[in-house]
Amino acid sequence: MSTTGIGASVRRTEDQRFITGKGHYTDDIDRPGQTYAYFLRSPHAHAKIRSIDSKAAAAAPGVVAVLTGTELAADKIGNLICGWMIHSKDGSPMKMSAHPALANGKANHVGDAVAVVIAATLAQARDAAEKIKVDYEVLPAIADPAAAQKPGAPQIHDVAPNNTIYQWHLGDPKAVETAFKSAKHVTKLDIVNNRLAPSAMEPRVAIAEYDSGTGHLTLWNTSQNPHVARLVIAAFVGMAPEHKLRVIAPDVGGGFGSKIFIYPEEVVALWASRRVGRPVKWTSDRSEAFLTDAHGRDHVTHAEMAFDGDGKILALRAKTIANLGAYMSTFSSSVPTYLYATLLSGQYGTPQIYCEVDAVYTNTVPVDAYRGAGRPEATFVVERLIEVGAREMKMDPAELRRKNFVKTFPHQTPVIMTYDSGDYDASLKKALEMSDYKGFDKRKREAAKHGKLRGIGFSNYIEACGIAPSQAVGSLGCGVGLWESAEVRVNPTGSVEVLTGTHAHGQGHETTFAQVVSERLGIAIDTISIVHGDTDKVQFGMGTYGSRSGAVGISAIVKALDKVEAKAKKVAAYMLEAAEGDIEFKDGKFSVAGTDKSAAWGEVALNAYIAHKFAGADLEPGLKEGAFYDPTNFTFPAGCHICEVEVDAETGTTEIVAWTAVDDFGIVVNPMIVEGQVHGGIAQGVGQALCEGVVYDKAGQLVTGSYMDYSMPRADIFPSLKVSTTVTRCPSNPLGIRGCGEAGAIAAPAAVMNAITNAIGTENIAMPATPAAVWAAIQANKLPKAA
Amino acid sequence: MAAVSMTVNGKPVTADVDPRTLLVQYLRENLRLTGTHVGCDTSQCGACVVHVNGKAIKSCTVLALQLEGANVLTIEGLAPADGPLHPMQEAFRENHGLQCGYCTPGMIMTAVDMVRRKGNDLDDHTIREELEGNICRCTGYHNIVKAIAAGGKAMRGSDAASKAAE
Repeated sequence: MSTTGIGASVRRTEDQRFITGKGHYTDDIDRPGQTYAYFLRSPHAHAKIRSIDSKAAAAAPGVVAVLTGTELAADKIGNLICGWMIHSKDGSPMKMSAHPALANGKANHVGDAVAVVIAATLAQARDAAEKIKVDYEVLPAIADPAAAQKPGAPQIHDVAPNNTIYQWHLGDPKAVETAFKSAKHVTKLDIVNNRLAPSAMEPRVAIAEYDSGTGHLTLWNTSQNPHVARLVIAAFVGMAPEHKLRVIAPDVGGGFGSKIFIYPEEVVALWASRRVGRPVKWTSDRSEAFLTDAHGRDHVTHAEMAFDGDGKILALRAKTIANLGAYMSTFSSSVPTYLYATLLSGQYGTPQIYCEVDAVYTNTVPVDAYRGAGRPEATFVVERLIEVGAREMKMDPAELRRKNFVKTFPHQTPVIMTYDSGDYDASLKKALEMSDYKGFDKRKREAAKHGKLRGIGFSNYIEACGIAPSQAVGSLGCGVGLWESAEVRVNPTGSVEVLTGTHAHGQGHETTFAQVVSERLGIAIDTISIVHGDTDKVQFGMGTYGSRSGAVGISAIVKALDKVEAKAKKVAAYMLEAAEGDIEFKDGKFSVAGTDKSAAWGEVALNAYIAHKFAGADLEPGLKEGAFYDPTNFTFPAGCHICEVEVDAETGTTEIVAWTAVDDFGIVVNPMIVEGQVHGGIAQGVGQALCEGVVYDKAGQLVTGSYMDYSMPRADIFPSLKVSTTVTRCPSNPLGIRGCGEAGAIAAPAAVMNAITNAIGTENIAMPATPAAVWAAIQANKLPKAA
Repeated sequence: MAAVSMTVNGKPVTADVDPRTLLVQYLRENLRLTGTHVGCDTSQCGACVVHVNGKAIKSCTVLALQLEGANVLTIEGLAPADGPLHPMQEAFRENHGLQCGYCTPGMIMTAVDMVRRKGNDLDDHTIREELEGNICRCTGYHNIVKAIAAGGKAMRGSDAASKAAE
């Protein structure tokens, strides 16, 4: 292993600009003649818009335009769409409502954009917005997904009776029914997977500029996938032809899923910039982010697991209501279906699974993918069931898991997925040793001496990453292919630019991707640039989410490198006057087998461009190759996280005293970066379990609308995390990478809740397990049980 | 509009600003010092931390006009231009104390202040408590805590010079 190649913890090359304040985030960009957009948003969860009087606002100082849904419709700007078709069990297509970028006639959630003011300064735009008079007819609202389908519930969209978007299912209900009848033990749980605000620290930004001379539009935005944004805004919203729309996503300050989606503000900025003939800039503030960035999770589930007398899992069934909010966001339909129910087998050889999912509209912010997207919800169901099952059957939770692990591969689950490889016992064994599981009872006794309830909880998660084989997702309703592209451009001096269709917003691609290239070409890492995030530079790409950039994005780079090497060998053959088949390439040097004749990488690169040694008819000049890599399977990262807590029964306060994570990500390019991804994922999962939760009141008002009310995890709630890996090479991609970005967020909530419930001796507690919730659960458990 | 004069990163600056202009807006929009970030609107996240007269403050919670005559240091001025990085900057890179980089300038400015107030040898518990006013969504704080501990040690002796620069 070289010091900068695959497996080395290379310090990140992108850090120089971030630690010196020289990053280039979207809000750092200003354009000449720029105006500012300020959105007037509905204060009501559900209201008819009878009229909008914007005369006073339009006459206010600095105002360039005041625009509403009426003008948007008149200009025939299309709706935002959800790009993944789900069919209900009766065969009917999902009920997708219209989603105009500015509300037209009705506002459907607090924060729904009703009008936009474009002014010379942001302060002027904000001041003018206060002068807009909107006559609302307030309608009854619904925020609770469990109540959305009930008779008499307020109806949000005509296209979706009973607020029901789809009633989907997966699996064989009869086989599951039969299995449950034969069970010796059935564990049942009611689970609420709490609604979360993704909260990337950089709020969203959109800057749009129209060039009236060429008809080109440029959008700078905080996107995880600028090409998908361009495609949707061109093909569905109809803003501009694709070739006349450029989307640039420069440094992006975190995404976690929330910056995958195409948002109304981007559409409005583009449209307004064309109307007013000046650049338009919109920067979300945090309050606006709570009201407009897609939220995550929000499932209500009843789940059951059937065991035989020996503790073998016979079957699992689950019924879930998934809240998709007021409109269907870009990929929202896929999250509670194919990203959720397909993982309900967990790490176990569960023979039969049946899952029903009803997706509903409510008068809340749209819900879509958030770090893990469906897989944290699935893991929570499976890992809570098996832990509670172990307690009910008085079995050791580690032993019950081990008994049920999938041990032979490939393994076909009853819910679509084919697990390629893995060794779940290896990660469990290592985690048990690292966490000193054997010593837990002693630690529990010692904790009791100082008045604390100590608990331990496992989470043996699996996830489907490397998203995704295009044909497979196409057959499941996805509107796009999920391959990735790469282009390797070798310069005449031998330095290299790699263009990738993935996008980095904290993952360190500029370093890890360069490590792969450095090792392959035998050149220094500082002679390699990774280029991403600009549709004028990178031809096409699907972006970054679903832990796909390593497994899919790097695979595309490897494929392009194969082609570069093949062509460079041809050039070297001419230079060295040898047969192409005799050229060997190693450590940045081309040599003729069995001779001392060689040419350095830089010499070959130069010769490819000067083309003095070969005729163009035989070999084209230049050294630049592109590749599209379409995966043949999902990848399956898996692992074991063990959380240990101490609960103060008097105050309900939970302290996480130890955390052990052993993950199998396949081959790891940069262990330092991968550990960082695990730390961050765990923190988000712990946040979900201990403190985070979006709260709406009955009228659909957002109660948790700022960081004063929405409890973000701070540094002081975490212990030092013990993180390690086991390695089972992924068989389906060239480097054997599984992916690591979401694992922590998927594993953590179940580990925390299994530990807390172990400590307090009752399963009746929902996330977030705040001190008040824990205290209440302890008190309720003390009450005499009804006979 | 109202006039305000202060020293930013060692340079005297004067401007006419709308009285409601926050320090962070003044730094970002007037002076184009965009390393200081805005991550919230309730003074919780700490992405905007700068030093005023040698102490860490949240630049989103003070008006530019309040800082007449003040000495302001931002992330751009922490290390001399073209000179070596400040030990805390170097510690963040060495310990992978950042991912997306958005909270990082505020974290580093807070960390330098923390070391000056609490000393060069900071234990985990102290660092975590002291980070109450800074939110990071990427790192889980694990490597930030490591970075600050290492940066604190590395600042021993070298801080007198950088303090003099303020």
